[in-house]
Amino acid sequence: MNAYPQVLFKNRRPGETVLLPEYEKSGGYQGLRKALKMSPGEVCALVKDSGLRGRGGAGFPTGIKWSFFPSSQPGDKYLVCNGDEMEPGTYKDRQLLLADPHQLLEGMAIAAYALQAPVGYIFLRYAYEDCSLRVERAVKEAIAAGYLGKNILGSGFDVELHVHRSAGRYILGEETSLLNGLEGGRPNPRSKPPFPAQRGLFGRPTNVNNVETLATVPHILAHGKVWFHNLALNPESAGTKLFGLSGHLNKPECFELPLGVTLREVVDEFGGGVRGGKKFKACLPGGASTPYLAAEHLDLMMDFDPLEEVDSRLGTAGVTVFDEDTCMVAVTRNLNQFFARESCGWCTPCRDGLATISWLLDRIEFGRGTEDDLTMLKDQVRNIKGRSFCALAEGAMGPVEALLRLFEDEIKDHIRKGCCPFKQ
Amino acid sequence: MARGVKKLKVMTELLPQEQVDSFKAKAAVIAHPHELIVDLLRAIQSHHDWVPDDGVLLTAETLGVLPIEVEEVATFYDKIFRRAVGRRVIHVCDSICCWSIGAEMITEHLQKSLGIKLGETTADGVFTLLPTCCLGACGEAPAMMIGLTI
Ligand SMILES: Cc1cc2nc3c(=O)[nH]c(=O)nc-3n(C[C@H](O)[C@H](O)[C@H](O)COP(=O)(O)O)c2cc1C
Ligand code: SF4
Ligand code: FES
Repeated sequence: MNAYPQVLFKNRRPGETVLLPEYEKSGGYQGLRKALKMSPGEVCALVKDSGLRGRGGAGFPTGIKWSFFPSSQPGDKYLVCNGDEMEPGTYKDRQLLLADPHQLLEGMAIAAYALQAPVGYIFLRYAYEDCSLRVERAVKEAIAAGYLGKNILGSGFDVELHVHRSAGRYILGEETSLLNGLEGGRPNPRSKPPFPAQRGLFGRPTNVNNVETLATVPHILAHGKVWFHNLALNPESAGTKLFGLSGHLNKPECFELPLGVTLREVVDEFGGGVRGGKKFKACLPGGASTPYLAAEHLDLMMDFDPLEEVDSRLGTAGVTVFDEDTCMVAVTRNLNQFFARESCGWCTPCRDGLATISWLLDRIEFGRGTEDDLTMLKDQVRNIKGRSFCALAEGAMGPVEALLRLFEDEIKDHIRKGCCPFKQ
Repeated sequence: MARGVKKLKVMTELLPQEQVDSFKAKAAVIAHPHELIVDLLRAIQSHHDWVPDDGVLLTAETLGVLPIEVEEVATFYDKIFRRAVGRRVIHVCDSICCWSIGAEMITEHLQKSLGIKLGETTADGVFTLLPTCCLGACGEAPAMMIGLTI
């Protein structure tokens, strides 16, 4: 049904997890073999040239991040895999780990070698016990087969991986908060700079990447940068991406699709169209922190740069669709409640600002809103943006700003009618 | 002496002695024993359902860290329970994808059939009902987690 090339999901079968023998048979650990025959610098350069961008939400070019890493500095250096995945609408890393977890381990072994950071942590959220168990089993298999542990594949290089099970809170996904979490401190974020590459876990150079980013690396090593580049439909881009569909769709499932596929194709072909034959109204293109796209954006390419051009973001590519009968004030209210509850409370713009926005959206949604509330809402956004200690509050402003930009009429309608027009 | 015996008994209710010993042994050989705080709190919780004050003290003592260092970690995480909960905690997702597919109705239904509100425990001490943010099961919305199973 999905005719596009499958890379991360090529072995995926419902309800099953690929074990080592099958992974090897499908070409598994060939990327690591190749990497170990290259110099660490050559591996970094290949990843940089491949055009791979981070799959954790920000889309930062992976090879460039790796090139900042002080790999030749003596002493402890760490590699961390971010498997917090708590942004509403995002469930792709779980699908990847349930289906074929060795890809992550192979990617981490390659990254550890490229960065000369032999100790790695896989950080997994509380709700992902099913993933933790499968990853731990895969680590055992990989150690027994010589892909992890001492002197991997006879290269003289050691790779030691630990699984860390977390205990809730979205903020742990923010990389410096995650590092505090791993250290066993109170996981408020840290100020940047210094960046983790300079001073990260236990004060040592640390590289943090998302599950999907690391799992993509072995395929780049095995098949090369040209192959990777050609996977994308957008000639400016590279690779495939996991899209987790949700909301008012007939088939809210997770698909591996080329970067550059249009939103229309995602919704109609893969999502099976909007439920109940209704019209598409809007979507979150990549998780709860990404500004809405509306019907006018259906023919856009789902990719990092094209979405930034319309003031949105690809984020994690968790696409949540809303049908024509959805109240966007109510949607934004739900999203903002999430961010307000998950605020770590460290800085005032976020702790107090998000609570104020919740209060304003409550007033508007329940028919008590006034024009002054709308003005105050805009004021709050202006005062939170660029002033928060970490990117959580910045992300929280994504949907609120998009509500003001695309659906201001809907807000005004609530104010004028003194009730939610969708609940009449 | 008598107090010491009682204390020991209380502690083994929190976590079996072998597990305490194994955490102690691990903490002794690693450079940063703090990194075991979350693991140990979770171990206590899986044995005792929740983490009472003695659980914080046991964690501090076992790892050789300060009780306040344990407490500031324990109180940060929403999945570490510092108050008594039922034997089965039901977490209902109230984030956007589940909300859009009728999570509010599911929550209503659960509250009615269990006879409790969100945040409460049934009188027989079996179920606690809590809201949670996205569980990473958005494609199968509406989602909930019972214990550690989604
Ligand atoms: C509030 C917040 C939550 C985040 N949650 C996650 C997450 O769950 N998973 C993730 O990979 N990145 C998350 N990030 C981004 C990370 O900080 C970091 O940029 C990312 O892990 C880098 O990996 P990448 O370069 O491979 O994308 C979050 C960022 C913020 C500000
Ligand atoms: S922006 Fe929010 S989450 Fe980030 S440090 Fe400030 S209060 Fe904490
Ligand atoms: S929004 Fe409920 S599981 Fe993701």
